Amino acid sequence: MLQTLESREKADIVSSFREQYLKAFRYMLLSRVLDEKMASLYRGGKIHGGVFLGRGQEALSVSVGLALRKGDIFSPLIRDGAGRLAFGEPVLDAVRTYLGSVIGPMRGRDGNIHRGRPREGLFAMISHLGAMISVVNGALLVRRFKKIEGVVGAACIGEGGTSTGSFHEALNQAAVERLPLVLVVANNQYAYSTPNSRQFACRDLADKAIGYGVNVHKVDGTDLEKCLHTLSDAVAQAREGGGPQMVVAQLLRLCGHGEHDDAHYITTQSKQSLFGRDCLKVAEDHLLRRAWADVAIIRKYREEIALEVEQAVALVQREPGPDPYKENWCALASRHLSERFETPDSADSP
Amino acid sequence: MSITYLEAIREAQAKALADDSRVFIYGQDIGAFGGAFKATKNLAVEFPGRVLDAPISEDAMVGAAIGAAIEGYRPIVEMQFADFSTPGFNQIINQAATLYWRTNVPCPITIRLPSGGTSGSGPFHSQSMEAIYAHYPGLIVMTPATVEDAYSMLLEAVAIDDPVIFCEHKYLYYHLKAAALPTEAMPVGKARIARPGRDLTIVAYSAMLHEALAAAEEIASDGTEIEVVDLRSIKPLDTDTVVASVARTGRLLCVGEAWPWGGVTAEVIARVATEGFDLLDAPPQRLNAKDTPIPYHPDLWSVHRPTARSIVTAARNLLRM
Repeated sequence: MLQTLESREKADIVSSFREQYLKAFRYMLLSRVLDEKMASLYRGGKIHGGVFLGRGQEALSVSVGLALRKGDIFSPLIRDGAGRLAFGEPVLDAVRTYLGSVIGPMRGRDGNIHRGRPREGLFAMISHLGAMISVVNGALLVRRFKKIEGVVGAACIGEGGTSTGSFHEALNQAAVERLPLVLVVANNQYAYSTPNSRQFACRDLADKAIGYGVNVHKVDGTDLEKCLHTLSDAVAQAREGGGPQMVVAQLLRLCGHGEHDDAHYITTQSKQSLFGRDCLKVAEDHLLRRAWADVAIIRKYREEIALEVEQAVALVQREPGPDPYKENWCALASRHLSERFETPDSADSP
Repeated sequence: MSITYLEAIREAQAKALADDSRVFIYGQDIGAFGGAFKATKNLAVEFPGRVLDAPISEDAMVGAAIGAAIEGYRPIVEMQFADFSTPGFNQIINQAATLYWRTNVPCPITIRLPSGGTSGSGPFHSQSMEAIYAHYPGLIVMTPATVEDAYSMLLEAVAIDDPVIFCEHKYLYYHLKAAALPTEAMPVGKARIARPGRDLTIVAYSAMLHEALAAAEEIASDGTEIEVVDLRSIKPLDTDTVVASVARTGRLLCVGEAWPWGGVTAEVIARVATEGFDLLDAPPQRLNAKDTPIPYHPDLWSVHRPTARSIVTAARNLLRM
């Protein structure tokens, strides 16, 4: 009897993990298809400015998004499309920001991956690396002031960002305040073109956490199962009062820094290494091997996702861009304190 | 009973903490120690848990204030010296100043900058940073010159829904006294005629206001009446009051303790030249600190920045033009 109960519990856990894995896989696929659509629009000259993909980082990113829940704080970085979707960012937010729709969250004032809904816990990254971490800290401090418990804030960064002063200051700050911060470091081997060997000299990036008195978790960023478990553990520890957690994942960026970059500097050795695997392919193989999904289900996912992305793009392409004549050109919330720098032709030109 | 400029800043913070539970203060040594200048003396005891000591991390201090503002709080950050705001510069200009424009979420943070020179403080504890911050859209920059303004403008800074750089002058901390705290105040964005006159306008702000007033007093013995305008805030800058003053006097001398290049004095002259060129009877002049780092030795320092004496000379030269 006892044994039966135990095995039933085990079966439930497996079944719920299967659900979680499938959910994660679907977000990864959605992120990949959305990325590819944006890249294609970029190549067709339909996107102004850059396009930055998360190719190769979806397993890690989606695991962050799924480990968080409503009321948490998420500060994604440049390659966190999958995590954003899993956290609840609508596909339309991405498309509208890339295409400069005035209806989008950034209203044409900022573009591409510089988007978010801060009041809903999804912070809009600035380009200066490391700068978002202390912002998450501040939000967590306020949750503490408000006596809201069980909240986690996650911030993502790359290995290059760990070299900044902002990273250092913020991680130290989180440790001093013992904040429920989960800092996720995606070591994708290259910061733009700069390899690890020119980025840091410590034996292991995880060693950095020790210096701050921060708990650290290491994971193979190409393995969705491991990523889901690791992020779930790290977020749970932060949520339960274990203080800040750092996660270091090994993976490879399977694209350029942006779509303008052919990534010729990525070595064959990197591509052939274990962390050079495509996490999406690894996850798909895993699903099929364990019979958690069959080819037909995955095909159905692909079709649904392709339709969703096409429909979003078709909708947004009909939306207006920002109108310079209607733009209020005011950077202050206190409009009455805004200065006007009128020029003689101000009335005629935008 | 009298109250100093520094005490006014402390009292304003005490009032802000008492009136609004969303206010907290974050900075180095501000808790039990009460701050390097004692601007937060006893506040940690009076408001437990709301006056937080920060590590030496100006970037993370400002970043955390921004995160708190996103969550609806109204933090005050104390920089130990204005000079040390530079490690936090990125967060101020790229994150705080752009947040509302980009995301429609206001960023009501106040960053207090103990500014300006005091004898013996040298290159890294004497700087006036207002022009640098005023250059960036999305920031408000206040430069109070009186005890009353230090109090009322700091309260207004905390209430404003935008990031405010609050430049409080260290020289005025102990030197300046008022009989009592003000019960009413001019709105931010309005300059004040600190001394009326008809022969020449001196535009000044912060500690330079008092040098300008002393210069005007000295020149008054010649029978010359100098009008002194206190800008109060340099962003927004009250061009109307300045131009109206120049319309009365026909002569303009701008005085700033900061360096000349691209500074507040240059901005005031540019505006008067653009909007009130015909009002000028002589070329507008300016007086600033010398274009070198700020010297340590008192003999060098006393000549490095404008003083009543150098203002008198500059004003007399301008009156002869």
